[in-house]
Amino acid sequence: MSMREMTYGEAVKEAIAEEMRRDPTVFLMGEDVGKAGTVFKVLAGLHDEFGDDRVIDTPIAEAGLVGLGVGAALTGSRPIVDIMFGDFITLAMDQIVNQAAKLRYMSGGQARVPLTIRSTMGAGRSSAAQHSQSLHAWLAHIPGLKVAIPATPADAKGLFKSAVRDDNPVVIYEDKMMYALKGMVPSKENYTIPFGQADIKREGDDVTLIATSSMVHVALDAAHTLAEQGISAEVVDPRTLVPLDSETLIDSVVKTTRAVIIDEGHKSFGITGEIASVVYRGAFDYIDAPIVRLGAMDVPVPFSKPLEDATIPTATDVVNAVREMGIEKA
Amino acid sequence: MSIPAEILIKMYRAMLRIRRFEEQIWEVYTSGLMHGLAHLYIGEEAVAVGVCAALRDDDFITSTHRGHGHCVAKGGDLEAMMAEVMGRVTGHCRGKGGSMHIADMSVGILGANGIVGGGFGIATGAGLSAKKRGTDQVAVCFFGDGASNQGIFFEVMNFAAIWKLPVIYVCENNHYGEYTPTASVTAGERIADRALPFGIPGTTVDGSDAIAVYGATAEAVARARRGDGATLIECDTYRYRGHHVGDPGEGYRPKEEIEAWMAKDPIERLRKKIVADDLASEAELDAEMREVEREMENALKAAKAAPYPDVAEVKKHVYA
Repeated sequence: MSMREMTYGEAVKEAIAEEMRRDPTVFLMGEDVGKAGTVFKVLAGLHDEFGDDRVIDTPIAEAGLVGLGVGAALTGSRPIVDIMFGDFITLAMDQIVNQAAKLRYMSGGQARVPLTIRSTMGAGRSSAAQHSQSLHAWLAHIPGLKVAIPATPADAKGLFKSAVRDDNPVVIYEDKMMYALKGMVPSKENYTIPFGQADIKREGDDVTLIATSSMVHVALDAAHTLAEQGISAEVVDPRTLVPLDSETLIDSVVKTTRAVIIDEGHKSFGITGEIASVVYRGAFDYIDAPIVRLGAMDVPVPFSKPLEDATIPTATDVVNAVREMGIEKA
Repeated sequence: MSIPAEILIKMYRAMLRIRRFEEQIWEVYTSGLMHGLAHLYIGEEAVAVGVCAALRDDDFITSTHRGHGHCVAKGGDLEAMMAEVMGRVTGHCRGKGGSMHIADMSVGILGANGIVGGGFGIATGAGLSAKKRGTDQVAVCFFGDGASNQGIFFEVMNFAAIWKLPVIYVCENNHYGEYTPTASVTAGERIADRALPFGIPGTTVDGSDAIAVYGATAEAVARARRGDGATLIECDTYRYRGHHVGDPGEGYRPKEEIEAWMAKDPIERLRKKIVADDLASEAELDAEMREVEREMENALKAAKAAPYPDVAEVKKHVYA
């Protein structure tokens, strides 16, 4: 397969551009998505190609913005709505939870809501408690929504394109710390990744590290360190939370018999709990050690750098968790 | 404004259908044939009918928790509506929505909504979509006086104004938000005035006068279709019954007030006008009533005979 190297941000932009070229009913709207190309500059150039009609700057009014997206999606358009920071999704929760997620079901299958909401997650930019949260678990809790959480440029492109083509409301979270991350991305125009398909990012035999978004890279770093210590870690990325590819996660733990689950959402009531329960049930007879869950510390994300760093799981945390599992090498 | 006789008679018939439907719901509720609650529209018929008579089939509406009238007026099917309220599989939404969520996408009913102000975003987005797709469809957002205090109302009027969207915001001011008098929780003289800072025309009409509502809507529709943007129409109206079927509607509303509104009943009012202008005879209008009565009886009979959804349907329609 022919591949090209690009950044995570470039992959997102290319996915949007390709879908807009392919389907005239797709348009993008959000705060600063136009000439500014978003505050992260990720979409720079998109406005030059598609103009004001399809790359639309909006007022700072998240509830109205998402509400308009729902209404447009219901009536023959395929909007992409940009919510600059995942923290701001809270302002649009009625539109997402009570409207977008419910309309198909409440209408007995008449309504179709092909709406993509793109937003960001992740701490690490010294942005404090209202610009750093990872709230994807909130949305994964709501039937009727799909949630994608890509970790690499290739996944970002393939999942974004699938999100736009999906006839359901999809929330896709980009970790804002990964925009400059480089990776190889398949060149072919119709490259998409189906939802509900986990990806094994690294194969291994002794322990499974189930990780999401930027935590995939934390897990890969940990796996590298563990390998030097003679422990073979498998890194599995669910890629979409809804639908969740339980089978791949369970199969991996059946093979390795141990699991650490790493996610940047808060640990309490977070997705690591849900995944742990899925894995316990599916791999119960094979599990040799209690599953470990690593998430963001249960405190608001602090501003000061040393404090902020202390709240996010690190590769060292993962390595230590694995080393406490008592893996005996022959 | 001179309105063709056939439209007046159509509006009269539509108001009768709404009133009979709602009276029937009351009977269905009190005889234990439906679960949950319903919010009756009796007294407010002229608003739904006056607005929808000025719309095309391919125009959109969003409705409210008190939505039966809007759905009947926009072309919802009485039998499918009654079945929906009774939770039957032959309902518009296969029994999954109930009274507060009746939708019929085939006639542009984007859904009644259980969230106060829930239609603001959807209707404005439907207007945006019409504009993006290059059609001249318009979207009507019905909402109550209570919803006029939700923040999103102001967000969507700003969107509609900056992009000149073909949206008509129709406020049904029935003077009570549940049990609270509107004036005690709402600033300003008129809700219609809330459009003015956005450069959107805001007008107030007598919501018991179907002709006045039709006239104001027709003007707003023409404005929207020619690309001049949104309008806010506030309709002064009144619900004869309580907030929902379990509320007698008395105690918090003076008896004289209820009687005064009933004395200017929208259906009687239009009937008198039609007869006075010699557009139809009393006998012809009586025949309309009998026809509506027959239609209602058939709808109720069919809904009662319809089965509940199979439990196997519970997981269907979560995703497309």
